[in-house]
Order: sequence, then C-alpha cells, then structure tokens
Amino acid sequence: MDRPSATEREPGDPGDPGDPGDSTGRGDPPGPAAPGSPGDPASGDAPVGASVIDTRGLTKRYRGGQLAVDGLDLTVPAGSVFGFLGPNGSGKTTTIRMLMGLIQPTSGTARVLGHPMPRASRAVLPHVGALIEGPALYGFLSGRDNLLRYDAADPVADPRTRRARVEAALERVGLAAAAAKKAKAYSLGMKQRLGLAAALLQPRELLVLDEPTNGLDPQGMREIRTLVRELAGDGTTVFLSSHLLDEIEQVCTHAAVMTQGRLIAQGAVADLAAGARGRLVVTTPDPGEAARVLKEQGVADVVAAEDRVTGEPPERDLAEVNAALVTAGVRVRGFVVERASLEDAFVALTGEGFDVAG
Amino acid sequence: MSQADLAVVDTAAVRRPSPLWTFGLLRSELVTTFRRWRTLALLGVLAAVPILVGISVRIETRGGGQTGRGGGEGPAFIAQVTNNGLFLVFTALAATLPFFLPMAVGVVAGDAVAGEADAGTLRYLLVAPAGRTRLLLAKYTTTMAFCLVATLVVAASALAVGALLFPLGDLTTISGTRISFADGLGRALLIALVVAVSLAGVAALGLFVSTLTSSGIAAMATTVGLLITVQILDQIPQLHALQPYFFSHYWLSFADLVRDPVYWDDLVKNLELQALYTAVFGSAAWARFTTRDITA
Repeated sequence: MDRPSATEREPGDPGDPGDPGDSTGRGDPPGPAAPGSPGDPASGDAPVGASVIDTRGLTKRYRGGQLAVDGLDLTVPAGSVFGFLGPNGSGKTTTIRMLMGLIQPTSGTARVLGHPMPRASRAVLPHVGALIEGPALYGFLSGRDNLLRYDAADPVADPRTRRARVEAALERVGLAAAAAKKAKAYSLGMKQRLGLAAALLQPRELLVLDEPTNGLDPQGMREIRTLVRELAGDGTTVFLSSHLLDEIEQVCTHAAVMTQGRLIAQGAVADLAAGARGRLVVTTPDPGEAARVLKEQGVADVVAAEDRVTGEPPERDLAEVNAALVTAGVRVRGFVVERASLEDAFVALTGEGFDVAG
Repeated sequence: MSQADLAVVDTAAVRRPSPLWTFGLLRSELVTTFRRWRTLALLGVLAAVPILVGISVRIETRGGGQTGRGGGEGPAFIAQVTNNGLFLVFTALAATLPFFLPMAVGVVAGDAVAGEADAGTLRYLLVAPAGRTRLLLAKYTTTMAFCLVATLVVAASALAVGALLFPLGDLTTISGTRISFADGLGRALLIALVVAVSLAGVAALGLFVSTLTSSGIAAMATTVGLLITVQILDQIPQLHALQPYFFSHYWLSFADLVRDPVYWDDLVKNLELQALYTAVFGSAAWARFTTRDITA
C-alpha cells in the first residue's frame, strides 16, 4: 500500500469531524476527544495531552476475590509507542482485556480513542488492532481463511476489498508464501505473525500488542520490532506489553510499569530511566586509593571490585572529581558515567528483581 | 491512523459501511461450519442411517415375506416401506429424530461458543468487533441451518435409497385414504421442515450451555447428556404431568402429517413448545453471553 511519509501527517491528529476530506467510510472516526478546536483545520498540530488510552481508577476484582488490577490511572499519549511493563501475573493482560471490552471492570473507567469502553466497543474497536495473549487460530482453516474470517467479523470492513487487504497483511508479516497452509501446521512464530496480520487488516489508529515477540526467533523479533517502528512512523499509536525490558527500551517512547495490579510508574522512557541515576565508573589499577578519594569527593555508595570502582556521582562537577583522583596519584584508565537502563529504573522502583509475582 | 492515510485508502475504495456487510459474519460462520470435517462426518453418519434401514428391510423381505409381522416393532412406518419407497423417508426421520439428529445438533450447538472460547478465537472475533449479540445470532442461525441441512440429508438419502430398493407410487395414508405420489412427496418435504423446526429447542438449549463454559467438549457432552436424560424421563409414566414440557415430547407428532385430513393439535403443540424453549434458552444465552467476562 502506498503510504504517505510520517512527516506529512500529525500522528496525534484525532480526525477533524469538520474536515471535508474525511469520507472515511468507516463510521464516525472516534479519535481522541480533543479538548482544543477539533473543527479548525488551521490548527494542524496534535492537541497536547490527547490520549489514546485513558483510565481512571480502573479496578478488576475476580469472582474469587483476587484483585487483579487495582485503581489503574493509565494515560497513553497519541502517537507514542507505549511499553506496558511488568512481571507475569502483574495484571497487564487483565488491563488489556478491560481496554478491549472483553472484561467488565469492577470499578473505574476506561476510555479508548476518546470513547468509553466497553460501551463504545462497536465504534472504537474497528480502529484498533489487537494481539491479546498470543495468537488464536482455527487450525482447520488456512492462514488466509483465518484472516478472511476475522475480517468478516468486523461489520464495517468492506467485503469488496477483503481479499486484497488480507493479502497485504500476509505480505506485511512475511507469511504470503505460507498463506494456503492449514494453521495447525504453523510454527509458533508463524502463528504469532498471523495474529499480527489479523491486527493489521485495516489501517488502525491504535495497535495493542500483548507480548508480540513471544515464540519468535531473534530474527523474527527484529522483524517485529522493525514493523512496530514502521507502524509508529505511520502515526499509529502502539501499546506494547512485554516482560522483556530491553524490548521496551529498544522500541518504546513511553512506558508504564505494573506490579501486583498496581501502576508504579509511567512516563517517557528517557524520564523513567533518568529517575534511576547513572553510576560513575572509574577503571584504575589502584582501586583502594581511588575509593578513598572518591568518598572524599562526595561520591556515595562506593564499591570497589578488582580494577573498577563505582559509585553514585556527586552533584559537583565531575571534572573536579577526576582532577582530585589524578592529584592524589591514582592512575586512571577510564572515567565514565554509565547511563541507567530501564532495568535499573525498574529495580529502583520496585526494589526487587523482575520475577513472577507471587 | 490519521485522516491523510485514510484518504489514501479512500481514493481506492470510498464506501460507507453498508448494513449488508453485517451479514459477512453469518456467511463466514456458515462456510466455516459446513466446511469442517466434523460437520461433514456428522452428516455422513446421518446419511448412512436410511441406507442401513433400507438395506435391512430389503434383506428381510427378499424371500417374498411380508414385513407386516408384528407391526409394533421398529420405527414407525417401517411396515409400509416395501410397498412404497417414499415411506423410507418417514421411517428414517422417525428413526433418527429421537437420538441421531438431536445429538448432531447438540454437538454443533454446544461447540458454537464454547469451542471458540476453547480455541481462544472468541476474543479475536469480539475485538474485530463481531458484537456479542450479533455473534450469538449468527451462531444460532447457523445451528438452525445445520438442523435443516441435517434433516434434509436424512430425507434425501432415504428418498434415494427408497427409490432404488422399493417401488414408488401413490401412497396410502395412516387414515387409509390414497394420495398421489406428488402429494406424498410434498408431505415428505413438509415433514422434513417440521422435524428441522423440532430441533430448535435442543439448539437453543445447546447454545445456552455453550455460553456457560469455555470447554467445547464439556458443552457438547452436557447438551447430549441433557438430551438423553430428557428422553429417559419422557418414558417414565409417573412423570406424565411434566412430560408435555419436555422438548422431545411431541417430536413424533410429525407422523400426523401423513394423516388425511392432517391432525394438527400435537403438531401445533410441538411448534409452541419449540418456540418456548427457543425464547427461554435464547434469552438466557444472550443474558449470559453479553455480560460474561471473556478470559479465555
């Protein structure tokens, strides 16, 4: 499909109802309810703060009494690639199911593309592509027929373009060659791709991808990440859940961290990582002396190990710290501040490793 | 997706969603159901029943003997089959209606929602979004279509076997009058339709059970189990006060269509009962399915 480049468009543009060019043929475009001037074509830029997903106090308690999601206030900005992070069993999937109208929240509200869910499912979901808890396929149908069936389930999908759209989706995830094979003969990676293809049957405003790289080999993972970046470049907001920190760090602009049903942090990935400060690393053959000087200079939490001395960098200019080391006769091989990773941020936030919640 | 991108798509195919598109799901449901090997196997078993009945009657009467012996044995009309092959249609329907037909319907209806939940495909249909009410209607319509096809398969197979093994011609009704073969054929078709409608209650019951669980096998087993239980209870004389409310109680009333004039009372009662079951269990299925958390 011929796609205009990302620069021509505003990713967050919620779709002006007054725009004469808006003959989408797909019902009312449920763009995020823009608080600004939605009918004004001159205001080309995305309304600041327009959110594609917005939950307030979203809570789910299952019948057994188990609190799966507890007072979630989640905001996903339009145009972002949003990483939804948390250990297995932390409530990510329950949250996604509530957003998709599959589960009724116990309390709280969820708005997707500006409309309340699950009430507005019919208007919202045609604009949302979703991969939830892995792919699910009809084993007795071919890959192509699986997609034809899912597309037929959408009452606003044009049956005259169905075949073409299915072929395009298959092509996009690299399954065109295996399209005629029965889905039960697919490998896990192929099933995952087919699930992804189902999410891409239509141009979407929002893609919800729950663990999209599960079961894929490294090559497949790379392809999916490239695809996600490509889609985001087209202006689609991508909501990506994962328990793989480096995956989130590689592709996401924003992230939220969940543990045990609660949201413990959300924001831009850079801000989150900045929350956990980097560490000063000095490489030296004189670690004992170096550690003493660093402590004098106000470096906290100094740890010396073989030829590496690390610590929390002080507020003062690091050039002076280095000068002090040299003045004290410490031979310095390396002097660097290692940037904090999202994993550091996560450990700082939760005070725990990244294990399955008990 | 922004407007600019949609505009590109639009130049290729600008179309308002047509209300007709909503039937895409039903069409897909029908195609998917009738292309499944399981469905074809069920239909194959049903088609085999009239063949077995026809051949056994033929073998038994080969020595010029009469089937009239006893008369109380075997399914209804079996005694008349040798005189007129058309009676094999009535015999086959009477033989399959108590068990084979409703069992096949129970399998299809029980699997309708639970099977999708089992495979996880239900969540993808719902986020497509199929719409819960729309999906349930498509499922029930498809199950009823299966009832009709299954009945017609039995009838057609019986007619073919009857025509091959026995003479055809004018037939004598239960009341003793004679009607033309064309008239008889018309009544056979009418009977097939009545039998198909007789299965509406089981279909609604199976669909309701199907919305209760996420296991296709459990739903099928429960539906078929209920069917057998009701059939047994219908035989216990002490329960005669309850029996008019069993969905299977008036099933064999279709035989009244072979009377002349047709005796309508039980036929109407049967249709009313099926409508009642459809309304009650259809509503229950709807109430359950539209409020249920889909966690599978």
